[in-house]
Amino acid sequence: MQAVISGLLMGLIYALIASGLSLIFGLMEIVNFAHGEHLMLAMFSSFWLWALLGLDPIVSIPITILILAVCGIATHYFLIRYVLKAKMLVQICATFGLAIFIRSFAQFLWTPDFRNVADPMLSGRIEFAGIFIGQPQFTAAIVCLFAFIGLYWFVTKTETGLALQATSQDRQAAEVLGVPSNKMFALGWGLGLGCVAIAGSMMSSYFYIFPDVGINFSLFAFVAVALGGFGSILGCLYAGIIIGLVESLGGLLIDPSFKLLYVFAIYLLVVVFKPQGMFGRY
Amino acid sequence: MLLDIQNIDVLYDDFQVIWDVSLNVKEGEMVALLGPNGSGKSTILNTTSNLITPKKGSIKFNGEEISNLPTFKRTEIGISHVLERRRVFPHLTVLQNLNLGAYHPKAKEMRQDSLEKIYKIFPKLSQREDQLASTMSGGEQQMLAIARGLMGMPKLLMVDEPFLGLSPMVTKDLINIFKNIVENGISILFVEQNVRLALSMATRGFVLESGRLVISGDSKDLIDSGEVRRVFLGN
Ligand SMILES: Nc1ncnc2c1ncn2[C@@H]1O[C@H](COP(=O)(O)OP(=O)(O)O)[C@@H](O)[C@H]1O
Ligand SMILES: [Mg+2]
Repeated sequence: MQAVISGLLMGLIYALIASGLSLIFGLMEIVNFAHGEHLMLAMFSSFWLWALLGLDPIVSIPITILILAVCGIATHYFLIRYVLKAKMLVQICATFGLAIFIRSFAQFLWTPDFRNVADPMLSGRIEFAGIFIGQPQFTAAIVCLFAFIGLYWFVTKTETGLALQATSQDRQAAEVLGVPSNKMFALGWGLGLGCVAIAGSMMSSYFYIFPDVGINFSLFAFVAVALGGFGSILGCLYAGIIIGLVESLGGLLIDPSFKLLYVFAIYLLVVVFKPQGMFGRY
Repeated sequence: MLLDIQNIDVLYDDFQVIWDVSLNVKEGEMVALLGPNGSGKSTILNTTSNLITPKKGSIKFNGEEISNLPTFKRTEIGISHVLERRRVFPHLTVLQNLNLGAYHPKAKEMRQDSLEKIYKIFPKLSQREDQLASTMSGGEQQMLAIARGLMGMPKLLMVDEPFLGLSPMVTKDLINIFKNIVENGISILFVEQNVRLALSMATRGFVLESGRLVISGDSKDLIDSGEVRRVFLGN
């Protein structure tokens, strides 16, 4: 039971990270291979805002969102925009190169040391009917769930969200109706990295922070996007939860050191039997 | 002159497909753009929307040069383009598709009014408001695409092969709808491969062959023209 709860909580965080990736992919068919590095940047942003200004990660969430959103919009205007019409391999190299660049730069600036936020506001444990859950883990999951709901509401219910969907379904048709696709793409990057910012901020209360921290998370996010159906945001929620549960239960029932393996076993099963993912669009 | 295209050349990368074409549409007029498959009809419309930018020549709308105006700003000045093969947003509902047609601020303000008018022209769409566009028949999707174009309150409606794949019944409905639209003061420029059908509707026609304008004029003159027959029948 303990494992189910902690898997579920972790799953909600994966879901939000994956939705950011999925949103960007659905919008312009570009895979952000630097997604994990963006998550790492978000965690470092939380860390430095704490270390230098004494702001708790919870308090600095809006600042981290702003930093990452600006980072996302800049990524679109200075890099992605130029490879939109290029071959897929060029696009892969662009975001993969960006990932390596960000990671190396982080190692250079901040060294590969493990850091953590000492004495965060969220700490300790809470108890539900005999099950103990870390306070920061619990809060992180809840915040990510609400962020996810907010994103889903924005994309499916607001005027701008509909324009975003229109652009993702047919860029030219949207453009002739007056929807500026370039702005929509920038918005997609801003939102996508905004999701990552929230997840990263929340995790910085209880995770070690180092330049390679994003790698596993981005792998899980890719699996979640493939599992959930490329471009589907709701699919990311289910897929994220499944991954969290498999990781946690697999580690408990068999052997913790293989838990990554179970997640990829699921991935392979989905790729073989249902390559379009389990869910449709949005 | 509402739309005045003069001597445009259009290239895809360095492959030229349009040579020195001129074409115009007057206010309140229905004009047909004719030509066999691959002659460049869609390219002319796409150039008018700036989905592709002409290499040479000028495009004026209401007397103003618009060659450099980005695609997304053209609905605002009064150009609506219904793309070839309908291109409705498949995973959005009929109403969401229509609302997106009124995206620029002026059209957005009038959205309810426009919607009422459009439901009078296309009563079927009002019963299907909440249905996903992808679940509609080809004819219904064509109606939706045209209705969506009208939601932008255009002065000029450009429609690319509206009758493609429609049953004779639906074709007849659509012809009446086109007449209705023009009577409401909106000009139409449409692409069609069926010469007889197109010239029976339009006041004037322009005929393309391999990217060049071969003949243009009043429909009644074109309908019996040997040149038009040669382009379409090859003799
Ligand atoms: N996106 C494109 N890239 C390259 N060539 C194109 C493209 N679209 C059309 N063409 C070429 O331009 C010519 C005119 O095409 P098009 O305007 O679609 O003709 P039509 O609409 O009259 O059938 C054709 O030779 C076609 O192959
Ligand atoms: Mg065509």
